[in-house]
Amino acid sequence: MSGESRHGRLGPNGRPVRPFVMPSTFSGKLRVWRYIIFRRMVQLGVLLLFFGTVNWGWSIAERPVLSGDLSGSEVLGLIPLADPFAVLQIFFTRHVLQPQVLIGAGIILAVYAFLGGRTWCAWMCPVNMVTDLAAWVRRRLGVRDAFSLGRHIRYTVLALALVLSALTGVAAFEWISPISMFHRELIFGIGLGWTAVLGVFLFDLFIIRNGWCGHLCPLGAFYAQVGRVAQVRVSFDKQTCTHCGECAKLCPEPQVLNLHKATEAGMVASGECTNCGRCITICPEDSLRFDWRWHIKAQGQSKSEDNQVQPSERRAA
Amino acid sequence: MSKSKSTRRDFLTKVGQGAALAATGGLVWSYLLQQQARATPFALRPPGAVSESDFNAKCIKCGQCVDACPYDTLHLARAGDHIPIGTPYFTPRDVPCYMCPDIPCKVACPTGALEPELEDINDSRMGLAVIDVENCLSWQGLRCEICHRECPLTDQAITVEHHPRRISKHAMFVPLVHSSHCTGCGICEKACPTQEAAIRVINPRLVQGKIGDHYRLGWTIETPITQEFKSKAKTKEHSTTKRGLDYLNEGEL
Repeated sequence: MSGESRHGRLGPNGRPVRPFVMPSTFSGKLRVWRYIIFRRMVQLGVLLLFFGTVNWGWSIAERPVLSGDLSGSEVLGLIPLADPFAVLQIFFTRHVLQPQVLIGAGIILAVYAFLGGRTWCAWMCPVNMVTDLAAWVRRRLGVRDAFSLGRHIRYTVLALALVLSALTGVAAFEWISPISMFHRELIFGIGLGWTAVLGVFLFDLFIIRNGWCGHLCPLGAFYAQVGRVAQVRVSFDKQTCTHCGECAKLCPEPQVLNLHKATEAGMVASGECTNCGRCITICPEDSLRFDWRWHIKAQGQSKSEDNQVQPSERRAA
Repeated sequence: MSKSKSTRRDFLTKVGQGAALAATGGLVWSYLLQQQARATPFALRPPGAVSESDFNAKCIKCGQCVDACPYDTLHLARAGDHIPIGTPYFTPRDVPCYMCPDIPCKVACPTGALEPELEDINDSRMGLAVIDVENCLSWQGLRCEICHRECPLTDQAITVEHHPRRISKHAMFVPLVHSSHCTGCGICEKACPTQEAAIRVINPRLVQGKIGDHYRLGWTIETPITQEFKSKAKTKEHSTTKRGLDYLNEGEL
C-alpha cells in the first residue's frame, strides 16, 4: 500500500508520512498539552474540593461543597455520588444498602456510560497521575518490559474481586485498592497508603509498561465494560490518516487503536479507550478528534450512502 | 490427529495455568483481607454502627461521617493504622464522641453502615467503659469521681458506690459502670486525670462476660422459698445513723 516518493514514505491514502514534531512555540506546545493540562486540572481540582470541604470547611450557603471522597460523596449536601464498582462489590457480600448510595452509584454509572467508562481513569483517578509519570520516565529511560502480561488479566482480577467479596463478606478490592488508599489519604490524612502507590509506580516504571492501569486494575476493567456504550468517542478519519503510528506509540491502551476496527467504525470504539486525548494532540494529520458516537455513526452512514449513490449516478451519467 | 491432540493439551495447560494463577492470587488476596478484618474489634466505631461483620461489608469508606462530625472526633483508618483500612474510628482519649442529639455522622452515612433507625444518641453502643481499679484514684480512697460527673448519662451509665476501705473506718466512693446505659462515648476516658486513663472504652465483646442461663440467681426470681428469704431479710435491724456517726467520730480512724 505505502510507496516511496521523493518526499519519503507514503501513506495508504497517497500522502507522505510525516512524523509528529513538537511545535517550537509555547502556544503550540500548550495546544499539544491541552488535554493533559485539562485532565490534571480536573483530577487535582476535584481532590482540592474534597480536601477543602473536610479540612477548611468549604461551603456554599452553609452546605458543604463536596463532602466525602471518590468512593462516595455528596455535592452541596444534595446530590449523592458513589463508586458503582464499590457498590457492586458490597452487593456481592449480600448486604442491603440505603437508597442514597444506590442513587449515587446510578448517577456515576450514567455519567461514565455517557462520557466513556474509562474517562474515569484518565480524567478523575488520582493514580493516573502516578502511572502517567511512570510511563513518561519509562519512555525517557527506554525501559523494556520485564515480562509479558495479557491485558485481559484485569477481567480475571475483576471477577476475582467479586468472587472474593462473596466469599469473605467484605468489598474485596476496596479493602486493598491503592486507588482508594491514595485519594482517601490525600483527603483525610497521609498514612502508609503511599507505599502501595509507590509500588504501582515502580511496577509501571520497571516491570510492565502501563502495568497497573492497562493490565491489572479491576476498576479500569469495570469501567471498560461501562464504556462499551460510551457516547463521547475519538473519531477516526481514514481519509487523512497516513498510518504513521505516532498515536499507537503514545497510547496507554494501544490495542484500541486497531486501524481495521477504527476504519470500520469511524472511531475508537473499544471501551478500553480512556479518552485521554493523547492520540488527538499527537496526530500530525489531525485524523483523530473527540466527537459524539451518534454524530460519528450518522456521518459514517451518510458517507456509505454517498458511496452507494455515486456509482449509480455514474451509471446514469 | 497429533496436531489436534497438542492443541487440546495446550488448551488444557492454558486453562490450568489460568486457574492456578487465579487461585494463588485469590489466596494471597483473601489473606490480606483476613489480616485486616482481624483488627476489627480494636476499632471504636461512630454511633449507630451496625454489627462488626455488617459494618465491614457496608462501610464504603467515603468519610462523609468524618466530614459531618463537628468535633473532629472521627478519623478514617489509614494504611498501617491496624484498623481495617479506610473505616471510621475514634480515639476517646484524644477526642471522645460528644453525643450530638441530631447524630450528624449517622445522617451523613449513605450506605446504612451507621444504623439509620438510631433515633436517640443515648441508645448508641460505641463501646463499654471499663475501670482499671488498680489505677483508679477513687479506688485508692481519693475523692475523684470525675468520670461520674463528666458522664453524659451520669447516675445511669456511671454511678458512685461506697465500698469498704481496709485501713480506715471511712468508706471509699468508687465509680461503677453499668453496661445497660453506657454508650461508650469515651468522655470519661478523656476526663480521667491519671497519667494513663484508668477508665477506658473498649469493644464490649473483648471484656464483657455472660453469666448464661444455667445459673439462676435465686434472689432475683420470685419463688415461695425466695419470698421467705426476703421477708426475713426485711426484719433484720439496721444500725442507726446516730450510732454510725459516733463510730466514725470516736477514737482512731
